[in-house]
Amino acid sequence: MAVMNVNPTRMQLTKLKKQLVTAVRGHKMLKDKRDELMRQFLEIVKETKVLRDKVEAELNNCNSHFVNASAVMSKESLDASLMSPKQQINVEQSEKNVMSVEIPQYSYDSRTSDEGDMFPYGFAFTSFELDDAVTSLNNVLPDLIKLAEYEKSCELMSIEIEKTRRRVNSLEHVMIPRYQDTIKYIKYISMKLEENDRSSRTRLMKVKDMLLDKAHNYSGKQ
Amino acid sequence: MAKNIAVLGDGESIKGFSAIGLDIFPCDNFEKASRILRNIAESDDYSIIYITEEYYKNTAKDRAKYKERISPAIIPIPGVKGNYDAGTKRLSSFVEKAVGSDIIFNN
Repeated sequence: MAVMNVNPTRMQLTKLKKQLVTAVRGHKMLKDKRDELMRQFLEIVKETKVLRDKVEAELNNCNSHFVNASAVMSKESLDASLMSPKQQINVEQSEKNVMSVEIPQYSYDSRTSDEGDMFPYGFAFTSFELDDAVTSLNNVLPDLIKLAEYEKSCELMSIEIEKTRRRVNSLEHVMIPRYQDTIKYIKYISMKLEENDRSSRTRLMKVKDMLLDKAHNYSGKQ
Repeated sequence: MAKNIAVLGDGESIKGFSAIGLDIFPCDNFEKASRILRNIAESDDYSIIYITEEYYKNTAKDRAKYKERISPAIIPIPGVKGNYDAGTKRLSSFVEKAVGSDIIFNN
């Protein structure tokens, strides 16, 4: 039994009772929060898993395109072709609140909207493998940004779930039993005291009776 | 505020990203990678930082600080040297953290 170190007074008892009610209500609410967060988290994780597999496959594909390109072109000309980018990506970040967890939402726009206009080099002296590589990389970009959004959400949510779970557990297994035990303990003490009070009162009455009896001789003995 | 996307890793793996408008930070050793990562994460100019898996693994200390922040998101991507599964492991660690055991990736 874990009893808190408090004075066993009536005032403390009322206070503890109030705290217990708050703790129970908080526990219920946190439990609901945890369950809902968990549901949403698992949904996102499943989607993220699929998305990651897809993005990784696509990126590997892009990398092999680049390897092909570097096999055909000299390193210098390949680097020079990619050196001065024409395209510029701007990411707008907004926040979404899911069960008090702020998760990011990304939207992006590019400087050149025309897909054919994004190549930062002339086609005359480069190989078509490089075009393939850049095009495939450009196609992965939306998924890549979405992946970042999902993974960051997962990360933030997992941290929040862990925190909430700790809170729920501490309330459930430590705080609430402690309050209950202390309340029980104070009640036990007050019951004991009341019992003592009653017994001393009857004793007093008995003694008074005996004294009166002696003084006035009610029972008619002698 | 419009931010940009950064890509960090070995030059070979990431040079293509500059063509599609992302900022690239090529580096050839882990100390340099840590330094660049700290700089660009602190600068607040980038909302997403992609980092190749090889470098992702070796910058754990520098990344720890940004775990609980909403920005930037530091995401591992496979490099040209191959896939080390760091991304999937990362995801499974989230599940483990949230659920207590890995119930999605353990098959």
